[in-house]
Amino acid sequence: MSVSARRRFRMLVAVAIAMAALSSAVTSRYVLSTLIFIALNAMAALGLSLVMGFAGQVSLGQAAFYAVGAYVSGVLTASFGWNGWAALVLAVGAGALLALAIGLPIFRLSGLLLAMATLGFGIIVYYVLVNWSGITGGPSGLTGIPPLALGRFRFDTDQRMLWLAWSLLLLLLGLAGNLVDSRVGRALRAVHGSEVAAEAAGIDTLRLKLGVFTAAGATTALAGSLYAHYLTFINPSPFGFAYSVELVVMVVLGGVASIWGTVLGAAAVVLFVEALRTGLPLLTASHGAPEYEIVAFGLILMGFVVFLPGGLASLRKTP
Amino acid sequence: MTLLEQLAQYLASGLVVGGIYALIGLGFVIVFSVTRIINFAQGEFVMPGALLMVTLGDRRLATPIAFLLAVGVVAGVGALLERAIHPVRGAPPLAILILTIGASIAIRGGALILWGTDPFALAPFSPGPPVWLGGAMIVRQGLWLLGIAALAFALLWVFFTRTYAGTAVRACAINPRGARLMGIRVDRASLLAWTLSGALGATAGAVIAPITYATYDMGLMLGLKGFVAAVLGGLVSPLGAIAGGFLLGVLESLAAGLVSSAYKDAVAFVVLIVLCLVQVAGWIPWRVAEEA
Repeated sequence: MSVSARRRFRMLVAVAIAMAALSSAVTSRYVLSTLIFIALNAMAALGLSLVMGFAGQVSLGQAAFYAVGAYVSGVLTASFGWNGWAALVLAVGAGALLALAIGLPIFRLSGLLLAMATLGFGIIVYYVLVNWSGITGGPSGLTGIPPLALGRFRFDTDQRMLWLAWSLLLLLLGLAGNLVDSRVGRALRAVHGSEVAAEAAGIDTLRLKLGVFTAAGATTALAGSLYAHYLTFINPSPFGFAYSVELVVMVVLGGVASIWGTVLGAAAVVLFVEALRTGLPLLTASHGAPEYEIVAFGLILMGFVVFLPGGLASLRKTP
Repeated sequence: MTLLEQLAQYLASGLVVGGIYALIGLGFVIVFSVTRIINFAQGEFVMPGALLMVTLGDRRLATPIAFLLAVGVVAGVGALLERAIHPVRGAPPLAILILTIGASIAIRGGALILWGTDPFALAPFSPGPPVWLGGAMIVRQGLWLLGIAALAFALLWVFFTRTYAGTAVRACAINPRGARLMGIRVDRASLLAWTLSGALGATAGAVIAPITYATYDMGLMLGLKGFVAAVLGGLVSPLGAIAGGFLLGVLESLAAGLVSSAYKDAVAFVVLIVLCLVQVAGWIPWRVAEEA
C-alpha cells in the first residue's frame, strides 16, 4: 500500500468507527437522520466533484440523476413489487446509462456545453416527474416504498439506515480514492492540467471524462435510491433545479476534486440548513418564510469562489 | 375556431411572450459578448423589475415614472454585480459561472426578504378590453410589451451603432486587446454592458408583471428561457437573440396549444438539448457558445 492509500485507509476506518459509535450512542432520531442525509448528499455530490475537478465541467442537472435513482427504485418496489436490491441495481444502471447518453455527444466539444445540456435535462426530468402521474404519482408522489432488507433484516430504523448509508459512502470514498491514486487518476489530473498535453501523452481524454461523468450519474442515482428506501415516500419537489445547485454548492464548499471535501461540503450544507431552520426564527422572531437560507447560500457560494477557491479541504492541506 | 384561427392566436400569444425572452436573451448576449461571462443571474434582474413596478405602483406613482425608477434601480444592481465579479474576472469560466449562480441565489433571497412569497398583481399600463389583430386576440398589455421591447431594441441599436460609447463597447466585444490599444477602457465597457443588461432585464420584468404575477422566484425560469433564446441566436448576436426569443415564444405557444400545456415549460429545454446535439453534429453554421 502506498503512503496515501494507507492514510486514506486509516481515515476510512476512523470514520467507520466514529459512525459505529455514534449510531449506538445516539438515540435522537433528529441527529441520526441528519447524519444519514449527510451521507446521502455526500454520495450524490461525490461524482459531481470529480466531474468538476477533473473534467472541468459542471453538471447543473445532477438532481435529475438523484431523481432517476429514487423513482426507478420507488416505482419498481412500490408499484411493481420488485426486490429492493434488484431495483437498486437497475436504478444505478439507469443513472449511469443516462449520463453516458448525455455525455457521449456533449464531451466531444469543449466549453460549458455540458452545463447547458444537463441544465435542460434536469428541468425536463422534473417536468416528467410532475406530469407523468400514471407512473410517478405526479406532484403528490409515491408512498409505500418498502425499506431495503437482507433476508429478515430490514433497514427500517434510523440506526440501521445510518449503517447502510455510511458503509456504502465509505466504500465509494475508498474506491474514489483508489481511482484518483491509480493510473486513471494520474491521467485525470493530466487532463485537468492541460487537455492538449494529456492527449499528446496518449491519454484518451474523451473516454476518461465520459467515464467520470457516467460514474457520477451512477453514484448520484445510488444516493437517490437509498433516499427513496429511507423515507419510503417521494415526490418531485426535492429533485428540482434548486437541488442541482445545492449539490454544486456542496462541491465548491468542500473543494473541487477533493474526495473528503465532498463529505465536508455535504455536512456543511446539511448542518447549515438545519441551523438556519432552527436558529433564524429565534433571531428574527418571525415565523415567515423559512427559506432565508437561500440568501446566505448565495453569498457563501460567491465568497468561496472569490476567497477560497480550493474549498474547505484546502484549509488543512499540507504543503 | 378553425385551425387557422387557432394558429393565428397561438402565434400572437407566442410573439408576446417571445418579446420577453428576446429582452432577456439580449441581456445575456451583451454581457457575454463583452466579458465572455454567462450571467446566470440575468433572470434575477427581471424579477426585481416586476416587483419594483408593483411596489412603486402601490405608492401611486405614475406608470412611466415607476417604470423608469424600476429600470434605473435594477441597472444599478447590474453595475454592482459587475463590480463584485470584477476582482476575479480572470478565473476559469466554471468558477465565474458558479459565482453568478451564487449571485442569482442571493438576489432571489434578498427579494424573498423584501417582498415575501406572495404573488403580486399589477394593473395593465392602460385599461380596456383585448384588441383584435388579424384574427387574433391580444391583451392590451401585450401591445405595450411589444411596443416597449421594440423601443428598447431601437434605442440599443442607436446606442451601439451611432454613439461613441456604444461603438467602444462593440470594439471591446470584438477584440478586447485591440480596443485597449486604441485607448478604450475595457473595464468601463464591461461595467456598461452589465448595467445595460440589468436595465433590459428590469424592462422585461416591468412589462410582463401585469400579464403574469410578480413573485420573488419568477426570475429563474424566465432567465433560463432568455438564455435559451440567446443560445438559439448564437449567444454573441443581438439580432440572433431577438429572433431566438420570438421563435422560442412561438414554439412554446404552439406546443402548449397543439400538444399539451403541461409540458409548455419543457419546450425551451428540449430546444436547448437539441441545439447542443446539433452543434456536436456540426449541422448549424453558427457556433453555440463555443468560447463559453
